[in-house]
Amino acid sequence: MADQTLPIHGALDLTPPRESQHTLLDILHDWVITVDHKKLGLMYMMMAIFFLLVAGAEAICIRIQLAVPNNHFISPQTFNRLFTMHGTTMVFLVGMPLVFAWANYIVPLQIGARDMAFPRLNAFSFWLTFLGGIFLYYSFIGGPGLYGTGSAPDVTWWAYAPLTAKAFSPGHATDYWALALIVTGFGTIGGGINIMATVLSMRCKGMTLMRMPLFTWLMFVNGAFVLIVITPLTAAQVMLLIDRYLGGHFFDTQAGGSATVWMHFFWIFGHPEVYVLVFPAFAIASEVIQVFSRKAIFGYPAMVAAVVGIAFVSLGVWAHHMFTIGMTSAGNAFFVLSTSLVGIPTGIKIFNWLATMWGGKIRFATPMLFCTAFLFQFLCAGLTGIMLSVAPWDWQLHSSYFVIAHFHYVLVGAIVFNVFAGIYYWFPKATGRMMSETLGKWHFWLFFIGFHVTFDTMHFVGFEGMPRWIYTYPADRGWQHLNLVVSIGGVIQAIAVLLFAYNLIWSLFKGKIAGNDPWDAWTLEWATSSPPPIYNFATDPVVRSRRPLWDLKHPEDPDWKYD
Amino acid sequence: MLPKWLRVERIVRLAFAFALALSSHALAEGPQTNTHILSPVSTPATQIYQLSLFIIEITGAIFVVVAGLLTFVIIRFRERSGDDQSEPAQVYGSNQVELAWTVIPVLIVVVLFLTTARVIFAIQDAPMPQAALEVTSVGHQFWWEYRYPKQGLVGQDFVAVNELHVPLSSADHPTPTYIKLLSADVVHSFWVPQLMGKIDLIPNHPNDMWIDPLQPGIYLGQCAQFCGVQHANMLLRVYVDSPERFAAWAANQARPAVQDPSVAAGRHVFETQACMNCHVVRGTVATGRFGPDLTHLASRDTLASGMIPNTRDNLRAWIKNPDAFKPGCLMPAMQLTDEQIDQVTNYLETLK
Repeated sequence: MADQTLPIHGALDLTPPRESQHTLLDILHDWVITVDHKKLGLMYMMMAIFFLLVAGAEAICIRIQLAVPNNHFISPQTFNRLFTMHGTTMVFLVGMPLVFAWANYIVPLQIGARDMAFPRLNAFSFWLTFLGGIFLYYSFIGGPGLYGTGSAPDVTWWAYAPLTAKAFSPGHATDYWALALIVTGFGTIGGGINIMATVLSMRCKGMTLMRMPLFTWLMFVNGAFVLIVITPLTAAQVMLLIDRYLGGHFFDTQAGGSATVWMHFFWIFGHPEVYVLVFPAFAIASEVIQVFSRKAIFGYPAMVAAVVGIAFVSLGVWAHHMFTIGMTSAGNAFFVLSTSLVGIPTGIKIFNWLATMWGGKIRFATPMLFCTAFLFQFLCAGLTGIMLSVAPWDWQLHSSYFVIAHFHYVLVGAIVFNVFAGIYYWFPKATGRMMSETLGKWHFWLFFIGFHVTFDTMHFVGFEGMPRWIYTYPADRGWQHLNLVVSIGGVIQAIAVLLFAYNLIWSLFKGKIAGNDPWDAWTLEWATSSPPPIYNFATDPVVRSRRPLWDLKHPEDPDWKYD
Repeated sequence: MLPKWLRVERIVRLAFAFALALSSHALAEGPQTNTHILSPVSTPATQIYQLSLFIIEITGAIFVVVAGLLTFVIIRFRERSGDDQSEPAQVYGSNQVELAWTVIPVLIVVVLFLTTARVIFAIQDAPMPQAALEVTSVGHQFWWEYRYPKQGLVGQDFVAVNELHVPLSSADHPTPTYIKLLSADVVHSFWVPQLMGKIDLIPNHPNDMWIDPLQPGIYLGQCAQFCGVQHANMLLRVYVDSPERFAAWAANQARPAVQDPSVAAGRHVFETQACMNCHVVRGTVATGRFGPDLTHLASRDTLASGMIPNTRDNLRAWIKNPDAFKPGCLMPAMQLTDEQIDQVTNYLETLK
């Protein structure tokens, strides 16, 4: 319909390209030395998907072990390594790279820029993150060190002191863990600075802050947010290594150090980290829901304010992960209040998404299916979050399978679902080909069913009193039936993810040609070709509203009239 | 008032009847107990349970409203076949509506906070009655030590291991047990769901909690903070006895170890091999503090922190190779001969 007008006049440089390189080595060389934001975005994405498959395989091993009581599928030592690696990998090698995958690929296109503000820093940040991943996984072969104990960290992803002290964790596994987090942390800080600088200084003409797409807004807030969030973690890791190698006693309780100081450092990182990971999911939902409901986002200023509010409040809630450590009653009450305050801006976001859909003409293509499921699951995750914020009830629920269910509702039910939505949505832009809708729908329904079989059931396992981190359980507890159901759901999800991986590869070669604007969307990335040329836009675009392509397609009713 | 079948407590009980029905309890002794957080038998656990019902009511109501809206939107506003392809009316927002869905959550937060704060203070700041029993629990990788000081029903101080005995409390004569929580190594967490939520045992950071079990029985739980390889088998058993039975148990625990000349050979092995470096047998030369106190080992129902029944076969196999039961536990296989193992087993079996 509107395709004849796109790409917008002058968007493409029509001079013929130079002789392209064809050998495998040339192509590889091209990717390794690249500073192009789109290639780096795709590299972040490939890294995230690779580690998603690895950590997913670890989760499946965990679920096989727990499917029946007194199982001997893997040893306790192996089990403890697997859940530590699963958690660490999913957070630092899947979740964090995904933040920068989206920010890198989409933000410069959405603001009409040709690249990020600091392209070399961008490449450096990616390779640091990647190096951190190599450090972490090298521990499987390099971990035993001189002592012949352990390979791969086995201290949980919280790594509570003093379990990480030399006395309780000999060998080098914990060192690799700390080192990996320091290195990826620096990569993250580089990425955060880059996003902030890009958004502040690279916007095209006419794009004021309040005309930026919500996606870009969320990424901007996230860029600033990670600078605050990552630093305490990095500081704590440095202190841990000082304890382990230079005779420090920060966390060494046997020498008068404090175990609770580590908890504070870890959670003042750990809680906001959840929002660092979930903001990209919000960002994707904010684009997909608009386009597939065929309506402008409802309450744009409120959405921006809500996200800034969430970021701000979430910096003051960390000790709700520590209700069981024996804080004073007043301390517990304070963190109950601050935690429940997060619910208010979060509620605003959910209501605004619903209001965006209200009165629209909702097209349930695969991206929208995932986003709709996200809305439902994020609602549930928020409500179980309220339950956990109630300190006395948290004394029961903390570290039980109820908590596992709750945060997987956030990390999978909200984040992974929207990551899939985002991939189905922007795959045509990045590759020029559509992903298969048939496979996409199969993927969605299988994953949706598997997700609910696993994680709905897991709440009840928590009510039955099963704690996390246990490699096996006695039959007399009565936990085996529900655990078997949870494990079956895990297998269904694994099948769905493999189907997705197949869809990615199949569509890359055989997918329908997408064209520049397959979803009839409204933001600037759809104004250039698919895939975009290396320079994105040959001439700088000029925008007059939040939806420049809507203005172009509907000259009779442009957004800027209401701006 | 809602009709009875609609009351949340009833709905919650029905919903979990499914889960409860699936649970089987192999423990024959004592009344039926479980590890569920929704069947409290002591005051703090009951207060938490009642608070949780209120929270379920509120979150349930929010769920019904918002999920209902979402369902309505999905059905009502989906694109239909034969649509004219025109774009729907564009609505950019409404300050009144934004205000409404900001103010209502604020009110909910206020209610939630006040209700929660009341329960926090009621449990955490409850004054300790005179009749309370005070026990110190020390977490070790991967077992529990309980120190009983001389007071009330306890005639003389002693140390018990892995099986915590406490007197039954009642509404008219409350005899709660206050547990001081310490750790000898890493962070552990004390969690017996029917009695109280969990509180951590942190080195250099003493904590406390209290329980007042209102029904006799054996209540189960386990360590709830990852503490190393055998975290999964750091099981908790709390025996709630009538005051008379508790006093009798305490009197027996306070006695030094039984000295039975017929097992002198086993005692000799115990005291000349490395056993005594880690274990206490009160009244003998064995005074090691690293492992569990064995003075009254034979009076316990279980071995290896609640993992296996305390039978002769299990005890013998445990001494021969603890790793066979509990891989990664800190007790080494001492490479005793079969004869020595038999002798030590005979000796330990007399420690009633």
